[in-house]
Amino acid sequence: MGSGSSTQHHFAFQNAEKAFKAAALIQRWYRRYMARLEMRRHCTWSIFQSIEYAGQQDQVKLHNFFSYLVDHFTPSSHNERDFLNRMFTEERSPQDSEMEKSSDYESIEVPDSYTGPRLSFPLLPDHATALVEAFRLKQRLHARYVLNLLHEARRHLVQLPNISRLSTCYSEEITVCGKSQSETALRDLHGQLDDLIFIFYKNGLPSPERAYVFNGDFVDRGKDSIEILMILFAFMLVYPKEFHLNRGNHEDHMVNLRYGFTKEVMQKYKIHGKKILKILQDVFCLLPLATLVDEKVLILHGGVSDTTDLELLAKLDRHKVAAIARRQTAHSLVTVSNCFEKYAAGILMLPRFHQDSKADSLSLMNNAHKAARAGRSSSVPCSVAPDPKELSRQVRRSVDLELERCRQQAGFPAIEEKEEPVPSASEAEEQLEPTQEEWRQVVDILWSDPMAQEGCKANTVRGGGCYFGPNVTERLLQKYSLQFLIRSHECKPEGYEFCHNRKVLTIFSASNYYEVGSNRGAYVKLGPALTPHIVQFQANKATHKLTMRQRQDFSMNDFQEKKNQNYSVGGRFEAQMISRVEASALRALREKLFAHSSDLLIEFKKHDKDKTGLVTLSDWAAAVESVLHLGLPWRMLRPQLVNSQTDNMLEYKSWLENLAKEKLSHENIQSSLLETLYRNRSNLETIFRIIDSDHSGFISLDEFRQTWKLFSSHMNIDITDDCICDLARSIDFNKDGHIDINEFLEAFRLVEQSCSEGDASDCPRTTNTNSSACSSPGAH
Amino acid sequence: MTEVLLERRYRPIPEDILLRAFEVLDPAKRGFLSKEELIKYMTEEGEPFSQEEMEEMLSAAIDPESNTIHYKDYIAMMVIDEN
Repeated sequence: MGSGSSTQHHFAFQNAEKAFKAAALIQRWYRRYMARLEMRRHCTWSIFQSIEYAGQQDQVKLHNFFSYLVDHFTPSSHNERDFLNRMFTEERSPQDSEMEKSSDYESIEVPDSYTGPRLSFPLLPDHATALVEAFRLKQRLHARYVLNLLHEARRHLVQLPNISRLSTCYSEEITVCGKSQSETALRDLHGQLDDLIFIFYKNGLPSPERAYVFNGDFVDRGKDSIEILMILFAFMLVYPKEFHLNRGNHEDHMVNLRYGFTKEVMQKYKIHGKKILKILQDVFCLLPLATLVDEKVLILHGGVSDTTDLELLAKLDRHKVAAIARRQTAHSLVTVSNCFEKYAAGILMLPRFHQDSKADSLSLMNNAHKAARAGRSSSVPCSVAPDPKELSRQVRRSVDLELERCRQQAGFPAIEEKEEPVPSASEAEEQLEPTQEEWRQVVDILWSDPMAQEGCKANTVRGGGCYFGPNVTERLLQKYSLQFLIRSHECKPEGYEFCHNRKVLTIFSASNYYEVGSNRGAYVKLGPALTPHIVQFQANKATHKLTMRQRQDFSMNDFQEKKNQNYSVGGRFEAQMISRVEASALRALREKLFAHSSDLLIEFKKHDKDKTGLVTLSDWAAAVESVLHLGLPWRMLRPQLVNSQTDNMLEYKSWLENLAKEKLSHENIQSSLLETLYRNRSNLETIFRIIDSDHSGFISLDEFRQTWKLFSSHMNIDITDDCICDLARSIDFNKDGHIDINEFLEAFRLVEQSCSEGDASDCPRTTNTNSSACSSPGAH
Repeated sequence: MTEVLLERRYRPIPEDILLRAFEVLDPAKRGFLSKEELIKYMTEEGEPFSQEEMEEMLSAAIDPESNTIHYKDYIAMMVIDEN
């Protein structure tokens, strides 16, 4: 018996031990799995963010380029000069808008067949609610009502101060939302309207007891921007004291040209679209710059700088600061144009596509001389022509340094002395333009980002505003006796983030910003104690089904939220989301790689001195980073981007060719040209839209040729006129020498196709010149 | 860093070994574990899960109708997602 029980014990012990070990193994596996998931999510996030910011930089560079051209490009013909003038002159003048008569929209007839929402003014709360419901059902508001609403909105905004004030005495709670728009990537996402509706559903509709502050960036990127605007303006008119809007950096018509809002309006409203866009230009500048709650919490879109002056901001005429990206004319910005000259001089020096021929060296030197004469650019050597590649390297480096210095000097705030606003050339100009200082103050508010380090430096990533450190925040809060800042402007995975010792709160209300599942959204509520209470969410299809009426029937108990109330966490769902987002990010990344094929080839060759055609994988990573400058963990990403390697070595040429195969190229176009087009596609599209000043969707062949000439000279691309004609011929021209912008971009696959049928599978990227039937896709 | 990598805990665990681990916890070979059983093992044995971890695992693994975890399917599912 004794031995029996000891055997039993022995077995029992063994079993217990086995169970223990088994459990431990399962736990270990699970934890590793979750850790990997988190890593992938973080990685994907970095990809999207870095590409996004690179795109924003592009935008500002583009406009800098335009400024430079205005000052220095010598048009070789009368036509060209006119063309340039047309491109760059701001048509608007404030007098016009004052005199705009209400007959503007009154003359527009609404047909009886129209089944969408109808508005009458003054607006009542029910109208606003009905509007939300209508949009949720995908109805469209007729142009007449849009214009009417915008006129009323403008009338209201004009009398608002630059810095709105809210008090928790009157409204028991204040909800702050940041960035209500989101990205519709390649597939048909439900759009950012969902998030807005979700917030109203979850948090409650605006009312005298429930104040809202929307912190900018209402438009661009999604496909329902105009609807969101309508809802926001409607509530603003219905509850003027409790419903506040702050301007964001996307409330800017130049930015809208690039990021899709202009296109959305023209597509939806066609002939009336122009009027709508015009009045929107005004309305955007009239949006207040910031909101102050109880004189203690400052809410603004971007951030602050070490020179932020709230008194100045409160006093300036915000109406004058139209497009942030549009710079003042050359007369008043001497420093800036010096800067750009040097930049351009550097660009002209870069022998990108030139052969190493003597003639070309000479032309290089000539250009340098011209630039030197015009711009006192001391960084360009004027002696005997050295090897062009070496020269370009030198110049590029020195130009970069110069550019950085100029930037800091010219107005992107560093720690520098305040610049005197340079008197403008004429009185008329002075009325129309803000001063340098005013302009900078506004840019800082709308474009800056917080950083961890102390100090304040130019925000080179975005190309505008600054990075501000904890000491800058502290100083500002003390100076104006504030408790903390609430800002938006940056997407955060959790929808919100505290920094600077909890003195700065970033709030981001667009979930699924980059892709379905990429991030949560959040909003923050403030009560009389001014303690921020964060609510997170992630909109999904389910919320579609609930109507506003149903929401009101729910008791408050249902919405006692713990975190993640509506978001099902857990291995599988999360993993699927991440996979999708990842795939999207990687696709974007591959495109970027393709767009830099030539540069990459050069870099790879540098690592391949023996001309074996192979590079090591770590060389691959180094080369890619030195070309793309995205700061991504390339080693980690490598397995997803490179699948053709043997023994730790990569045959780089065939890898590049494979990348190109994904971007099916047009037979008539050389691949280098395609690559160039592709790399610059968003710039090109923006340029086209600027040229198409009447927003007709067409530009003439002549304008197209001129565009190419300008652009190719800037990028120093060697394109002959013949080549351009070939390009043109390969497009389906049938409209008296007019090019449909979309058709053109479509032909080169420069515009992302949106699979409007909601088919989520990979959108085919086949080139098909005969497909002119494609409706305008959502570009990025 | 190399040490950390060499340390066993970060090595991937092959599917079949994982399956056997579950089977140890299911000696009757029913092919599933009840919710209570899984919770007990994961939170009391080995290196116990936190409540959050437990909830996370359950939300993905559990079959809501029977309140059981069919571990073979669960493993297969996770492996697909991982790859």
